[in-house]
Amino acid sequence: MGMTYVQKLLAKACGRPQVAVGDVLEPAVSLAMSHENGALVINQFNEIYQGTGREAKVWDPDRIAFILDHRVPAETAKTATNQKKIREFVAKQGIRKFHDIRGDVGGICHQILAENGYVRPGFVVVGTDSHTTTHGAMGAFAFGIGATEMASVWTLGKILNVEVPGTIKVVVKGEFPENVYPKDFILHLIGKVTAEGANYKVFEFHGEAIRSMSTSGRLVLSNMSVEAGATAGMVPPDAETQRYLREEAGVQSALDMFGPDPDAVYDRVIEIDVSQLEPQIACPHTVDNVKPIGAVAGIKLQQIVIGSCTNGRLDDIETAARILKGQRVADGTRLLIFPASWRIYREAMKRGAILDLATAGAVICNPGCGPCLGIHQGALGDKEVALATTNRNFKGRMGNPNAEVYLCSAAVAAASAITGAITDPRTAAVASKGAR
Amino acid sequence: MANIKVVFKVGDDVSTDIIYPGRFMATVLPTETPAFAFADSAEFNRRLKSKEIPAGSAIVAGKNFGCGSSREQAVSCLKGHDLVIVARNIARIFLQSAINLGLNIIICPAIQAEEGDELEIAGGQVRNLTSGQSYAIEPLPKARQAIIDAGGLVAYTRRLLLAAKP
Repeated sequence: MGMTYVQKLLAKACGRPQVAVGDVLEPAVSLAMSHENGALVINQFNEIYQGTGREAKVWDPDRIAFILDHRVPAETAKTATNQKKIREFVAKQGIRKFHDIRGDVGGICHQILAENGYVRPGFVVVGTDSHTTTHGAMGAFAFGIGATEMASVWTLGKILNVEVPGTIKVVVKGEFPENVYPKDFILHLIGKVTAEGANYKVFEFHGEAIRSMSTSGRLVLSNMSVEAGATAGMVPPDAETQRYLREEAGVQSALDMFGPDPDAVYDRVIEIDVSQLEPQIACPHTVDNVKPIGAVAGIKLQQIVIGSCTNGRLDDIETAARILKGQRVADGTRLLIFPASWRIYREAMKRGAILDLATAGAVICNPGCGPCLGIHQGALGDKEVALATTNRNFKGRMGNPNAEVYLCSAAVAAASAITGAITDPRTAAVASKGAR
Repeated sequence: MANIKVVFKVGDDVSTDIIYPGRFMATVLPTETPAFAFADSAEFNRRLKSKEIPAGSAIVAGKNFGCGSSREQAVSCLKGHDLVIVARNIARIFLQSAINLGLNIIICPAIQAEEGDELEIAGGQVRNLTSGQSYAIEPLPKARQAIIDAGGLVAYTRRLLLAAKP
């Protein structure tokens, strides 16, 4: 019987000719990623070795990545002490894929893994972060795990108890209209499927709109697949995957290019034509509360955030800069820009986008996760309303349970910054500048 | 198992941001996380911290409990209060971490219960003693039993480590 992409990947990873949905496997891990919550992983890892008489050494330091991104630079002594503990651990264990708080190699973990070529098609990637799904965009089976699970991976080099998931095939047809982006599509899909509709399953993305989509856009789809409950969101690798990995991520080694069998069996097939899609907004307080922009246009905003592992890449920042160049952020509205990595930040500087945004009134912040989950800069006041290109709008998400967060694309965020209210980028004032 | 009292009822899609708000994530020790369990649900958090709630009490939840972030603090903070989670279903990462840490979770797809109700868990069913209704329990994935029997993933991994050649 034909296998889906994730079935083929897991069969290869486990050296088996065939795997079926529900089979319980223990695949070897290609890459294991942690950020500041690695401080807890280190505790649990040491706990595993407690009393064994063996030296606590990770199974393979070259398959572990550590990125400091959640609270950078540290905002409290407690965070700084956690970060210091991680530095000491990576030095002791010989972990070289370590990205400290630096303007050359630093950034948000998921962007760092992608742009450094740490992930390739066929990889099994685990991370102590739910948005580890991001790496499905490069054809990996990538998913989030808890800290204790990661301590077990560091010890054994494999991930226990992986049930082969069923697959939802998502076929994306048509061509995106101007001012409509992959973010609008994934919000639309999550609204359709619901926050739990893909629980314990994976999305497999196909169709002409995916084939013509850049890896930057695919990263958005995979990143947010978890918001429908999906274990992973995967794009079978193609010419664009190869181009990205070779030209942008510097990968030189051979790539294992494969796809699903033509007679693969899917749990469900969803077909969506994006040629009529409008900008979409996820409304408080769940990511599946999605409406076309017309339903919420005009809602006043006190804060707008452009950035994060979801939409903080160069194309997002350039889109925002094109819309905001020569314009002014509305009084009473704060616009915060958090690039996804310092590489992106520096490139956006070179191209003038950062200057255009700051001139318009935006505040340019450090690459990092901070405001997305309300832990480092950009907290909201009571009863304030925010619009963000980030991935979650749960109650309390941006640091205040008495505030509201709406989610959108970078184009909607930038157009809304000019007016101080949720604004359709297709409106006359901004349409000519926002067009791709 | 003794009767368990429902001390808190929540709806569908309760995220880890509700269970353990992100701003407390720099706190990682299982001995310290219980203080921030449901920190933004002020009255329940107060009752937990003041020890008004006996060990073994239940939170009854709707669908997709524990969705969102992978933060394990959302599990350890509930484990620290020795709570039982009875939910219609549970999000993947939370479910696995609950098994790994030994948090008592019961998946009961049709559960109906209110705060103050008494539940009895026996014979693969949750019996609501207050309403007189019974609801089937969906067993945890079989492959996880070895971790539960070992007393959690730390002990289970240690056993695998010792079984392997040094």
